[in-house]
Amino acid sequence: MTIPLYEVLILASILFAMGLACVVAWRANVIMMLIGIEIMLNAVMLTFVGGSAHWGIAEGQVFSLMIMALTSAEVSLALAMVAYLHRRKQSVDTDDFSSMKG
Amino acid sequence: MERIIFYILAAVTVIGTLCAITARQAVRAIVYLVTSFFALALIFYLLGAPFVAALEVIIYAGAIMVLFLFVIMMVEVASPEKLAKPALSDWWPALALVLVVVASLTVLVAGQAPPVPGAGAQTVRQFSQVLFTRYGVAIELVSMQLLFALVGALYLGRRR
Repeated sequence: MTIPLYEVLILASILFAMGLACVVAWRANVIMMLIGIEIMLNAVMLTFVGGSAHWGIAEGQVFSLMIMALTSAEVSLALAMVAYLHRRKQSVDTDDFSSMKG
Repeated sequence: MERIIFYILAAVTVIGTLCAITARQAVRAIVYLVTSFFALALIFYLLGAPFVAALEVIIYAGAIMVLFLFVIMMVEVASPEKLAKPALSDWWPALALVLVVVASLTVLVAGQAPPVPGAGAQTVRQFSQVLFTRYGVAIELVSMQLLFALVGALYLGRRR
């Protein structure tokens, strides 16, 4: 193991912070919010794989596989919902979907 | 040697993600993100997880990003006007969150000794043995989840 765990963790948290910034800054656009969620989940996967390499156990890779399956399910549902919303209001702006006044 | 490659790949990942979250159009953001995911897959390979690296390229950079491109092109053909770019005031709360995360990380790194590493790397054979013996129920649950996502996407996407 030549790559220290802390450097992997630093890279993962920088990626996570950038995904969080993407979600917060682009909160008017549904698609860019989904991209931010993708970046955050990738950072979590990097954390799992780094821990798996550091402690020499396979569970981290198993859980990164689970995260990958979860992400593909989430993205397919969310993009179907984006297409549905776009068909209803011809827009992907979150401010246009405020009819419940939440 | 591996650490130098890791630093180069980390720089490519961070710069690609940074370009992606500040891109002017969503299609450019997706292309930057594909670059970032390729570098991340190589980092997974360096960390001794070749199977996860292959799946990262196939599923993330292949399937999910193409799905994003498909939906973005469908949306932009139907309504070609530009989406509003976030104003500078929208970036302040994001910057505050990034500062909080980085500051907590600095405290973590400065305060503790590095944990003791375990033994050896994992081969694909050991990984798949753990996956299909100890976590077989989880595999079944994931396949059910993918099936539910398929049915849900079909229900949401049908024309009425």
